[in-house]
Amino acid sequence: MSFESFADFLAMGKHGLYVWLCYGVAVLVIAGNVLALRRQRRRFFREAAALQKRREADSA
Amino acid sequence: MPLKTLWHRMGSPRWMYQMSGSWVWVLGVMATVLLIVGSLWGLAFAPADYQQGNSFRIIYIHVPTAIVSQSTYMLLGAAGLVLLVWRMKLADMVLATAVPFGMSMTALALFTGAVWGKPTWGTWWVWDARTTSMLVLLFLYFGLYALRQAIPRQETAGRACAVLALVGVINIPIIKYSVDWWLTLHQPATFKLTEAPAMPPEMWLPLAVNVLGIYCLLGAVVLAALRLEILRRERDTQWVRELVAAR
Repeated sequence: MSFESFADFLAMGKHGLYVWLCYGVAVLVIAGNVLALRRQRRRFFREAAALQKRREADSA
Repeated sequence: MPLKTLWHRMGSPRWMYQMSGSWVWVLGVMATVLLIVGSLWGLAFAPADYQQGNSFRIIYIHVPTAIVSQSTYMLLGAAGLVLLVWRMKLADMVLATAVPFGMSMTALALFTGAVWGKPTWGTWWVWDARTTSMLVLLFLYFGLYALRQAIPRQETAGRACAVLALVGVINIPIIKYSVDWWLTLHQPATFKLTEAPAMPPEMWLPLAVNVLGIYCLLGAVVLAALRLEILRRERDTQWVRELVAAR
């Protein structure tokens, strides 16, 4: 551990704002990539299923 | 399996979809573990830099995202080449789906670079050779995204994007050698293939872990996006219908 205390760790010398801003934005960007894909995948299955039902109803 | 058979199978979207389901999970778990370990190691346990203090810890996110943004572009260039030469459907899908990930990684590298530049160089931005060529990379990603949206016919859009992706590959060596050709503000490469890093291992090991982690993330995200694109384009085939009905 290169810090004396947890408060020290958060402060990062006098660079806490810069360091945590970078890591915070990185987490948001990575999570955004993953969540966007998951949402689109769910939407695809929802819409495809609805389309199939409609087609079955039309042909019946 | 003979190489030629493998090549032909890889061209089949259905085969790719069925094979890659578990890969996404394996790569995703590896990415999560590696990125958490590497970041915590770099943030809490690596020693502070004797000149930059703790702001240097931004390196553990800046360098991996910068590396992977260029690798993703090389993947687009390769996909473009395969599409133009062999007309492989799957290559067009890679060309379409890897763009958002690469774009977000380039933006992240530029952002973390700016935030690192403020306490280190005293400014958020300089028109340095490295920063400028990275900005060009971001615009190439924007271009690839916009071009795909602008052309309604899929085949034409694919070919236009393939040409743009291939032409843009010229920017990758410019980014790589910019720090050697123009000795401006940006520091030279941390990792070189031919030399040991100038840092002690307790500083570069967490960086290596995060680089591996971000490559796993590239694999997981691009494969997941590719799988979704396969479903969309094969929506009316028997196997996708069965898959939808089974859910």
